[in-house]
Amino acid sequence: MEKILQVKNLELSFNTQAGEVKAIRGVNFDLNKGETLAIVGESGSGKSVTTKSIMRLLPEQSAEFKNGEILFGGRDLTKLSDKEMQKIRGKEISMIFQDPMTSLNPTMPIGRQLTEPLLKHQKISKTEAKKVAIDLLRLVGMPKPELRMKQYPHQFSGGQRQRIVIAISLACNPKILIADEPTTALDVTIQAQILELMKDLQKKIDTSIIFITHDLGVVANVADRVAVMYGGKIVEIGTVDDVFYNPQHPYTWGLLSSMPSLDTEDAKLYAIPGTPPDLLDPPKGDAFALRSEYALKIDMEQNPPFFKVSETHSAATWLLHPDAPQVEPPLTVIERMKKFPGSRYYEGGAV
Amino acid sequence: MAKYIGKRLIYMVITLALIATFTFFLMKILPGSPVASADKLSPEQRAVVEARYGLDKPLPVQYFDYMFGLVQGDLGISINQFKGADVTDVILSRMGPSAQIGFQGMVLGTVLGILLGMIAALRQNTWVDYTSTFVAIVGISIPSFVFASLLQYWFGLKWDLFPVALWNDGFMSSVLPSVALAMFPLATAARFIRTEMIEVLGSDYITLAKAKGASGSEIAFKHAFRNALIPLITVLGPMAVAILTGSLVVEQIFAIPGIGEQFVKSIMVNDFAIIMGTTIFFSVFLIVIILLVDILYGVIDPRIRLSGGKN
Repeated sequence: MEKILQVKNLELSFNTQAGEVKAIRGVNFDLNKGETLAIVGESGSGKSVTTKSIMRLLPEQSAEFKNGEILFGGRDLTKLSDKEMQKIRGKEISMIFQDPMTSLNPTMPIGRQLTEPLLKHQKISKTEAKKVAIDLLRLVGMPKPELRMKQYPHQFSGGQRQRIVIAISLACNPKILIADEPTTALDVTIQAQILELMKDLQKKIDTSIIFITHDLGVVANVADRVAVMYGGKIVEIGTVDDVFYNPQHPYTWGLLSSMPSLDTEDAKLYAIPGTPPDLLDPPKGDAFALRSEYALKIDMEQNPPFFKVSETHSAATWLLHPDAPQVEPPLTVIERMKKFPGSRYYEGGAV
Repeated sequence: MAKYIGKRLIYMVITLALIATFTFFLMKILPGSPVASADKLSPEQRAVVEARYGLDKPLPVQYFDYMFGLVQGDLGISINQFKGADVTDVILSRMGPSAQIGFQGMVLGTVLGILLGMIAALRQNTWVDYTSTFVAIVGISIPSFVFASLLQYWFGLKWDLFPVALWNDGFMSSVLPSVALAMFPLATAARFIRTEMIEVLGSDYITLAKAKGASGSEIAFKHAFRNALIPLITVLGPMAVAILTGSLVVEQIFAIPGIGEQFVKSIMVNDFAIIMGTTIFFSVFLIVIILLVDILYGVIDPRIRLSGGKN
């Protein structure tokens, strides 16, 4: 499989008045061509910062790369000048944001907002750009695109606006599309439409997607692989089946247990106890140890390395060390693992 | 749009009628009369003068006479300031210099203010930003007449770059008064644009524009500027008022034969017709500015397209 993007040992801090906030503390992942990688995690886990750092959209005054590299097309994006980045943004890598209500310029007709990246990155005339823009609107399912080109964002609904943002992001057939919680601000029926649209378009233009979300239901729907982030690090990464049916990290267990489902029998919804770590002064060992009932002594002292579970799956927890004691995951997780061939609770069948 | 403007025009007429009525009766409540200062007049002579200007009639009659004239565009005749001259002619002949320094001051002030505010926002928390904030504070807190005197002293007297006063050197005469008038709009515009630009530059659609590959200047001018202008339009009205009241004083200081200077004098000599006429003239000016501001809103911000028709 061709690796289109490699993030290697990335560390990034924000310099604030209170001190250095270590927002990303050693993130490693690869993005393969044509795949969808979901990054999940709670607020403040560093998922948005990671993707914004790939696009270099963080405020230059405060955000600082401390270590590592982001390799794309043979170049390290952390070292490019702003001019060089401008040629990559919107052309090679583009982005969709969370809130379609605020991500379009309210005083510019959407036609101009659509043609802007085209005119910027491709050598085409205004009339050609307009034609492409109309085609793009049609592609994202906008009725009467010719008429709507002259309209302003407030004349569209939330779902339509997100379609427009998607059209803008796909204008130059980017190699990577970063979607930062693109469905969070939309209601559920529109969410489903937008997800379908994205899957559909991904096939058509063969782009790789990094999909940030905290909605595990969405992950199961769109992603090929999942990276679970916690406290500025990836704690578990694998295929959707790996992470959903054979999770290894106690944080992933907590996430999956707190996912409500229709057949959950006990009335009380599970929530992970405690609060996220303070990244001004991150804990020494496993950042999740303080909130985890499975924490070992070593978790408090040493950062766990990645242990391979299978070719596609690895997790950063000392529980996977050969000398670690066997622990029983939560019941809901065991139920899931029963369906996964290769897990120690496998009872036959397939996921 | 046409319907909206039509409606607004009707409101404007009503507003004007109210202003004229209020001013008329306020003037009448005030002690003194245009002929009171003329001590040398005998009672008989005074009666003759009062009869000539209709001042002997009962108040309601005087009021309706005036309003009737006003509807026909007749502002009456000057009583003692320009003895017998038509008020409309007086105002028109005086309008030129006032309009020139007012317009120059407004344009200079807003353009420089917008520039200053933009630069400050784009270079937030640097010395450029602090300088701009300082200029804004100075511009708002120092009254235009103090500033005018300082300009006269330095640029007129000390360095002899511009005439100290009087309206006899064409454009050169207009420079100092225009600058004095420009200070308030400049400071106001700089403050508003800075705050708004900083806010706009932090918004999601600017991040999206960046994500599209737009450069720094494209973001500032194509995306942020228009959105940052919206709150400034709100204060254009008050700014025009500031220019007007500023010109009352500034014209005095620079001895400019404008409306402001003539207005102040007319109050001192109690020339009823001139005071009324100038008040109405200023009111019309302001009401028109406010209407233009409201129309401008819709031009700049598509979300505020005015009522009275779709889109």
